[in-house]
Amino acid sequence: MTHFAAVALFALFASTVFGITQRETPRQMLRYGIYCFLLFVGAAIALSWLMYFIAR
Amino acid sequence: MRYSQKCMATEENKNAASGSGAQTGSQEGFVYLPLIAGWLVPGAGHFLLRKWGRGALLAVSIVSMFALGLAMQGKVYANAHDILDILGLAGDLGNGLLYFVSRLMGWGAVQVQVTTADYGTRFIVVAGLLNVIAAVDAHNLRTGRKS
Repeated sequence: MTHFAAVALFALFASTVFGITQRETPRQMLRYGIYCFLLFVGAAIALSWLMYFIAR
Repeated sequence: MRYSQKCMATEENKNAASGSGAQTGSQEGFVYLPLIAGWLVPGAGHFLLRKWGRGALLAVSIVSMFALGLAMQGKVYANAHDILDILGLAGDLGNGLLYFVSRLMGWGAVQVQVTTADYGTRFIVVAGLLNVIAAVDAHNLRTGRKS
């Protein structure tokens, strides 16, 4: 499993639980779940590029 | 109701505070059962409350995360020697029966030996923490704090 696949799976499962537990209606759950997923993956990509430039 | 009676202990306010009325039927039985069941078996708290879809999604997410952690040779904390071990053990215990079964069966690594095992260890700990959140959510549904 690649590092990115691990991050994506982690984000998927954590976002699913966050969406279900932190919102009331199914529509809000879906929106919040997608929002969390994008934040997880986006933050991972941004930090990865940051570390790439720091290491150079 | 007059404004001056809004926060007073009138009969109407007492009924609203105690949750009587429409919620009375759902307040019978052991109120902590969904919390305990949800901790022991991921999703079970929601299944008890007939939230089948939510329970299934929670169960699949948490069990998959735990299984992936084991597949990556993640460490299952057995004892605590320092503060980080204590935190890891607390997170692992959140998995409920998954943790105890994995300990009994000897699943998971004792020591982290490969790079992916470090990720696996975090997957197992986070699965436990997510399971605690899910169990608390089931408790909130049971008490009527959440609909």
